[in-house]
Amino acid sequence: MALPVRKFDAVIVGAGGAGMRASLQLAEAGFRVAVLSKVFPTRSHTVAAQGGIGAALGNMGEDSWHWHMFDTVKGSDWLGDQDTIEFLCREAPKAVIELEHFGMPFDRNKDGTVYQRPFGGHMQNFGAGPAVQRSCCAADRTGHAMLHTLYQRNIRANTHFFVEWMALDLIRDASGQVVGVTALEMETGEVYILHARSVLFATGGAGRVYASSTNAFINTGDGLGIAARAGIPLEDMEFWQFHPTGVAGAGVLITEGVRGEGGYLLNKDGERFMERYAPNAKDLASRDVVSRAMATEIKEGRGCGDDADYLQLKLDHLGVELIESKLPGIREIAKKFANVDPVSDPIPVVPTCHYMMGGIPTNYRGEVVAPKNGDPDVVVPGFFAAGECACASVHGANRLGTNSLTDLLVFGKASGDTTIRFLKENPHHKDLPKDAADLTLARLSRLDAQTNGEKVHEVGAEMRRTMQAHCGVFRFPDLLEEGVKKIGEVAQRVQRIAIDDKSRVFNTARVEALELENLIEVAVASLTSADARKESRGAHDRSDFPDRGDENWIKHTLWYKDGSRLDYKPVHMTPLSAQTIPPKVRTY
Amino acid sequence: MNFKIYRFDTDKDAQPYMQDYDIELQPTDRMLLDALERIKALDDSLSLRRSCREGVCGSDAMNINGKNGLACITKLADLKSPVELRPLPGLPVIRDLVVDMSQFFKQYHSVTPYLVNDEPVPERERLQSPQDRDQLDGLYECILCACCSTACPSFWWNPDKFVGPAGLLQAYRFLADSRDEATSERLDNLEDPYRLFRCHSIMNCVDVCPKGLNPTKAIGKIRDMLVRRTV
Repeated sequence: MALPVRKFDAVIVGAGGAGMRASLQLAEAGFRVAVLSKVFPTRSHTVAAQGGIGAALGNMGEDSWHWHMFDTVKGSDWLGDQDTIEFLCREAPKAVIELEHFGMPFDRNKDGTVYQRPFGGHMQNFGAGPAVQRSCCAADRTGHAMLHTLYQRNIRANTHFFVEWMALDLIRDASGQVVGVTALEMETGEVYILHARSVLFATGGAGRVYASSTNAFINTGDGLGIAARAGIPLEDMEFWQFHPTGVAGAGVLITEGVRGEGGYLLNKDGERFMERYAPNAKDLASRDVVSRAMATEIKEGRGCGDDADYLQLKLDHLGVELIESKLPGIREIAKKFANVDPVSDPIPVVPTCHYMMGGIPTNYRGEVVAPKNGDPDVVVPGFFAAGECACASVHGANRLGTNSLTDLLVFGKASGDTTIRFLKENPHHKDLPKDAADLTLARLSRLDAQTNGEKVHEVGAEMRRTMQAHCGVFRFPDLLEEGVKKIGEVAQRVQRIAIDDKSRVFNTARVEALELENLIEVAVASLTSADARKESRGAHDRSDFPDRGDENWIKHTLWYKDGSRLDYKPVHMTPLSAQTIPPKVRTY
Repeated sequence: MNFKIYRFDTDKDAQPYMQDYDIELQPTDRMLLDALERIKALDDSLSLRRSCREGVCGSDAMNINGKNGLACITKLADLKSPVELRPLPGLPVIRDLVVDMSQFFKQYHSVTPYLVNDEPVPERERLQSPQDRDQLDGLYECILCACCSTACPSFWWNPDKFVGPAGLLQAYRFLADSRDEATSERLDNLEDPYRLFRCHSIMNCVDVCPKGLNPTKAIGKIRDMLVRRTV
């Protein structure tokens, strides 16, 4: 069966912060670009970011991108690539100022400049401290304000959005060049080939592999599943960030900005326990450190409540005025999801899966890279990625708060610019291979024909439980090994999932089944990579190897779907222009 | 808990119908969306939009016991059983609780919803005083869920000519921005018997807004600006 073909210069998959920053470059340069999104652009998960965008503007006091770079390298526990980190931190101020010019409603200082708040792991003087105010924000709705601003700017640029379209598979020709994607129009159930000279993935995260997550339902790692099926490796998938403050029971995010504005954590004895774990930065240590401290408090019986299974985030001392002006969204969330008003009572919180440090390997220009003929970083022609789905790798083993939005802006723009250069150098479409649609058609027809198969929600729940129990804040060798086996079994079950709903029109059962096929690749990659990394670094903490193993493990993991095979590649220790920041003991 | 849910699959149903569901809730099911996810696990053919599940993305707006709201921040404990769920009123239904929002977004797009400032771009940020920035509070937080516009009788009658509360709230968001230079073009764009003046201050928009915003007040401010520039 042949699919209808539509032709574009460029296809972008995903309309969150990264996708829309990239599309802006392409649309303003006059290219025919199609931006696919499973949801209306302003519903993308960037909308849920709260605390701010990290950039050394220096509006609140002295700051420099060199300090920001040091903090990010240290935050990454020396797994981040120092060339991409330099690029991130150096470009960040420009990216924020540009966003302000687009109309972003940043909070302001008395002198009219953008207000910046402190955030975890961001310090003065190359980590010496004290905390620096670097997070540019719009109250505690920074992601919402940024996503709407980018969408608005794209309206101005006449960007062509394909709303409620889901990308299904990547099309590569015999040379490996990426020449398009297959995609499903959800409203009609029609499937198309989108033939393009370049494809950029900005599909976001995959936090829905865990049972307890701050992530939206749509965060199903579609770009990673698609890339993995097309033979692209996934990088550093063992590194998952657990955000210290998800609302206990609900998983909804409470921004680190609460602690930035002066809030702090308490255990059941009313002790400000972070003083013991991070005497210097205290509650503003980096997220892996705070989450581990919290998990330790709970494990050792100092959690709050009847089951001693959560901790308290205290902010009533900040006063109602500050809470209403800087943290109004948090007050709303706490009232709705925790039944407390933080003006008078602490919020019950637990570490909750929040962010995927790993992803599709890219360089600082946003080109997707994979090993070939002994070179670990060979560009895959025609393929670009940015944002959470990409691993540039700026976040390494642990991301600093605020650096995700910075990542979207800086690498969204860079990948857009690199795409433009590629399009100029490659003015003609490459032919579609004869088998362009085969994989997609086979997957869809299996799903339509399958009867008496496994239920999508049951298999999905088993996957999420497995990840939660075997790949959490603390990791144990026996649990990891068992987890790899279990997730392999779940992956077998995914091949037999069935749906009752066979309608063509807005069939969300089909979409959820296709999403699960992507999530499972992420889960298998994560557990396999975690089991193999025999050290503790950043968010990966093993009971049998409690220390960082710099001698053997300053290297990136690469997972291939084919045979669930692992490979490794060196970390880029040489920045673009700055001095290398050599590994040292990481304390806060 | 009992639910009566509007069902309509244009692929197979001749006409819409209400379907009953009786489900057992778990103690962790706090919000209406939790119950809907439970129903969907039993009947995967029920179609609805949802994403963030915390009231910021605006996907799961629907008509809940006769009033528009977001399923993800509507507490089950506050709902009378049986809970009657229908798609947002006044928009074409694609399937079940999923409506075609084209008309709604068309009106949003019609108000030039982006900052206009053709001055040479400065090297640093454009300065804005905290007081000027405060003018945007209560405006920029809109999540485009369409609860307000689809609760507005004026929008039901003239969805093609009346901008509606959501679009007008955003129109005012840019009129109120000290950095924007297109005030007179923006007012010209709204000075019309329908686009702005079909608002009869019924205030359904204020009543249903899940973010607690006040489009009627913003519309009043635009009217003031129009009056002021004629005198």
